[in-house]
This record gives sequence, C-alpha cells and structure tokens, in this order.
Amino acid sequence: MTIEVRNLVKSFGSFKALDGVDLKVDSGELVALLGPSGSGKTTLLRIVAGLDWPDSGEVFINGEDALAQGARERHVGFVFQHYALFRHMTVFENVAFGLRVQPRAVRKDEAAIRVRVKELLDLVQLDWLADRYPSQLSGGQRQRIALARALAIEPRILLLDEPFGALDAKVRKELRKWLRSLHHEIHVTSIFVTHDQEEALEVANRVVVMDKGRIEQIGSPDDVYESPASAFVHGFIGESIELPVQVEGGAVRLDGRPLALAADGLAPGASKLFVRRHDMLVGPPGSGAFEGAVRHVRNFGPVQRAEVTLSGGQTIEIDAPRDKELRAGDTIGLEPRRYRIFGG
Amino acid sequence: MTMQIADSVPLSASDAKARAQAAAARDNLRTEPRAVRITIIALAMIFLTVFVVLPLVVVFAQAFSRGIVAYLAALAEPEALAAIRLTLLVAAISVGLNLVFGLVAAWAIAKFDFPGKTFLITLIDLPFSVSPVISGLVFVLLFGAQGYFGSWLRDHDIQILFAVPGIALATTFVTFPFVARALIPLMQEQGTQEEEAAISLGASGLQTFFRVTLPNIKWGVLYGVLLCNARAMGEFGAVSVVSGHIRGETNTMPLLVEILYNEYQFVAAFAIASLLAMLALITLIVKTVLERHLDEGQEPSDH
Repeated sequence: MTIEVRNLVKSFGSFKALDGVDLKVDSGELVALLGPSGSGKTTLLRIVAGLDWPDSGEVFINGEDALAQGARERHVGFVFQHYALFRHMTVFENVAFGLRVQPRAVRKDEAAIRVRVKELLDLVQLDWLADRYPSQLSGGQRQRIALARALAIEPRILLLDEPFGALDAKVRKELRKWLRSLHHEIHVTSIFVTHDQEEALEVANRVVVMDKGRIEQIGSPDDVYESPASAFVHGFIGESIELPVQVEGGAVRLDGRPLALAADGLAPGASKLFVRRHDMLVGPPGSGAFEGAVRHVRNFGPVQRAEVTLSGGQTIEIDAPRDKELRAGDTIGLEPRRYRIFGG
Repeated sequence: MTMQIADSVPLSASDAKARAQAAAARDNLRTEPRAVRITIIALAMIFLTVFVVLPLVVVFAQAFSRGIVAYLAALAEPEALAAIRLTLLVAAISVGLNLVFGLVAAWAIAKFDFPGKTFLITLIDLPFSVSPVISGLVFVLLFGAQGYFGSWLRDHDIQILFAVPGIALATTFVTFPFVARALIPLMQEQGTQEEEAAISLGASGLQTFFRVTLPNIKWGVLYGVLLCNARAMGEFGAVSVVSGHIRGETNTMPLLVEILYNEYQFVAAFAIASLLAMLALITLIVKTVLERHLDEGQEPSDH
C-alpha cells in the first residue's frame, strides 16, 4: 500500500502547521517523520489518518483519494503517543474492539475474534495480560497493546504518533528494536513520528526531516546524517558545531580572519559553518584552521568532550578519542576533517 | 516560606542550644497554640450542630411528636400521596430531560471547539445564578393566559401552567446545570483520544459514544443525576410560581409542606418534610460512594 500527499496546507489560526508538503511512501516502507515540536509532523500524520483535515492539498492511500473518506473508512491503524487505550476495557477487549464494531455482515463470530486477538497478543508477546486493565500495565506494555489493537483491523497502513515518546530511555530502546523486527515480520507500510533523531535513524528505512511545516530533506538515515541538505538538518541531526562565517573573495572568514578552508563554489555573504563534534581533529597549536584554549574536559562514554574557546572568543564543544591527551588550559589547533557551509 | 525562615536560624553554630531553638521555632511556625486550635475546632462544631444537625433532628422530632401512628396517617392522606406521586413524576421527567441535555451539552463543550463555546458554558450556569422565582415567572410570561403562547395554547386546548407540564418545565430549567456541570470537567480531562482511537478502528459515532464515551463517564453521569434528582424533588420557588397550588393535583411535596404548616398541621407538615430530609440523607450517602468511584476512575496520568 502506498501513501502519497500533495501540497498539503493546514493552519491553526495564524499558525501554519503544514506549508505545502509533498511526500510519497512506497509499499512496505517504514518512514520516520523527524522534526522539532511544532514542525507539523503530527499534523501530517493525523491528516493521513483522517483525524484532521487539511485546508488544501491531496492525500492518496493506495491510489485512492483518502480525503473523500472519513477516518472510519480509511482502514488505517493509528497508535497514539499516550496509547489511548480504552480504560474501562480489559486488554483483550481493547484488542478485540476493532473486530467487534465491524458491520454485522463482515463481523467475525466470537470464536474467530478470540483466535485473532490471541494471535495479536502473541505477536506483541503479551498474551498473559489479556484479562488486565490498561491502568495495571507499564507504559511499554500499554504501547504494545495499542499496537496490537491497531493491527487487529488488518490496517492498510500503520501510523504511529511518537510511539515511544512517553516511555523511559531503556524501554524506548527495547521497543525500537522490537518495532523494527515487527515491521520486518508483517511488512505493513508505516509512518512514525518522532522528535528523537536516534530513534528515526535507527528504526526507519527512510527519514523525512521537517521544520516549520515544510519538508527539509527526505533520504535514507545515512543520507540525512552524512549529507544534510540544509543548515537546519545539519544542526538538528547529530551533534554539530555551528559557527557564523563570511564567504568573501574566495576565502571563508571567521571574524574577518581567513580560515584555511576551501571556499570553492560558495556564494559570497554571511554563511554558517557546520562541523560534527567528532570531525574536529585536535593537533598541536597552529596546526589547523582554528586555534583555541581548552576550558574543561569530561569523559563521555567512548569519547572525551572538551569545551574549547576559540581565539575569536566563540566557545565550542568537541569530541576527541579518549586516548588523546587533553587537559584544561592546553592551547590546541583544530582541523575540521569534514565540514559543510550553508549560505544565508 | 515558613521553612525558609526556620532554616535561616544559624544552624552552623556548633552550639546545641541554637539547634534546639531552631527546632522550636520551626514547630511554632508550623502549628498554632493549643488553645487556638481547640477554639477553632469548637467553633466549627458548634456552628455545624446549630445550623445543620439540629434542624434535621427537629424535623424528625416534630414529625413523630404525636407518635408513629399519627405520622403514618399523615403520609397516607390522599393529598400527601398525590404530592408524593407528583414529585416523583416531575423528578423523573426533569432528570430524564436533563440527562439527555446535560450529556449533549457536555459532549459538545468538552469534545469540540466552536464559536460561542465560552458563551454556552456561561449560559449553562444561568439557572444557578437566577432566583428560582424568576425562573418560574419566565414560564408564566411564556405560557400564561396573557403570555406569548397563551392564546395559541388555549385555542389548542393545551394546559401547561398550573399543570404537570409547567411544573416539569420549571423544575427542568432550575436543575439543568447539574448533569452538564458534573460531566464537563470530567470529559475535558479525558480528552478525545479514546474516541479518535475508536473511530480509526472503524467504530461509528454511536458505537463510539455507547462503547467508549459513556462507560468512561458513567460515574459522573450518576453523580449529576443524583444531585439533579435531589434538587428536582426539593425545588420550591420556581414550582410555587407555576403550580397554582391546586390541592391534590399540582402540589409537590415542598409546596404541600408549606401549605400544611400554614394551616398549623405540624405533624403532617413535618411528616412530609421528614421524607425530604431522608431523601437528602440518602443523597449524601450515595454521593459519598459515587465520589469514591469518581476518584478511582481517574487513572494516574501516563508515565
């Protein structure tokens, strides 16, 4: 099942939640909508599900005009950030809900419903919780039940709104892996919304980066990380050092002083230089494009993170390997192994 | 605030005396002197006894002042039985209507955004802020012989004022806010996510309402109905204006209590009053039970 949206626009009062969004999702894909809060990603998801309506634009699910249908007819599985389990029903009844409300003509009989619910609870590995109520479950269990409930109607597509947003870090990581393998197993076209880049990069086949109601970049996790298409994407994904620079007369200048960086093909004017923290290599004083004084150093898992004040006064944070000798007070040279410069 | 003041006492001094003083200061800041506490509690108890418990006791004492036989005889009077029947009928009608209106109003307010919503919320409270007598007079203006619909009603031989429909209407108006007021905050807090989930799972509007919305608010509904019923049975002002006080026909229990009292039939008056008092007591007990259920119903928010 494919999903396609064309030129979607949606405003809430004077706030433009979606400002001309085009997106195509192929059959069987697992796509992440990634962006800060207010970027419009949840609005986009809700419009595809039929829980919100666009001011203009088109939505097609499997080639059919979805805007001509209500949420009820779209056969879309939706998983909410706060689970939205029916609090007065047992886990079993929650999962069975979608089967029980079907029109009488197509409704399964009680025995078939039982079999199906059992299957789904097995799929999410929670069959032993069938008689509990949602309030008796942990957050991770609730979210898995919500997923089983959404899958019960054999949805054409699956939409997940910040599915792990309300969970603690450890459970979130487990569920991420689990979701990926589940998707591998059932292969339903899925879109999930997240503001957590790690989650998007780890789970999705394709990542859609959004900001201020627009799509900034669509690409594989490697694409968006390795070759960000805009200053926003570079700043949002991965930990970046951001410095305001001038491109002038074939040179990149920081505070008027030229840096030993190539300026080929760059438009002159105020620009932004982006370097990943771990791409800033430490050398002896005078060896790189920058020079700075180390303020302090902290160990951070496999790396040591140093706060460095550049000779121009800007303070940046770099990640260096643990075996590199770095002490507060050292003067060091810094050479960006890889960097990008965006105009504007 | 109090803690900050107490903590500002210099504790760093190794002097044990300073520590003791600080602890004493902390205690003093936290609690009132014993005498003050006793006085305040005693005042509250006396007030409660004089204004709440005593009247209740007096009602029953008066009702049984000539013995239980006289009490039962007073309740078995045809006039008394008619009043009880009418009161139950009116309460049933107005509670039924307000259950529907209240549900609809609360649902619209809690689950949807529309222009004029704030105005509607304010309007719902109108019956609480208007004197019941005026509520009754409004219906006289509308349906009375000289009222807007008066001549039309007379032509079609429909009796609203001084009859059951008028009493039911006035009571419904006065008791309208109870169900809506009980449900609006509850439904607002529960939000619309469960309904959205239901619809995306293929449920129709009615299925969503009866399978998801209603079960979630059932204790709130009962709570609203209970208070609505108590007020409907006890309503005096509005009903008094529209009833016409036709003995054995349009007198509700509160009206009959007043009439009997004015005729110096104290035992009969207080016998009926005792029924209303019992209704109040039962209402209180059921209310306490329902409130416990309502509290349990609040799920601890997601974590």
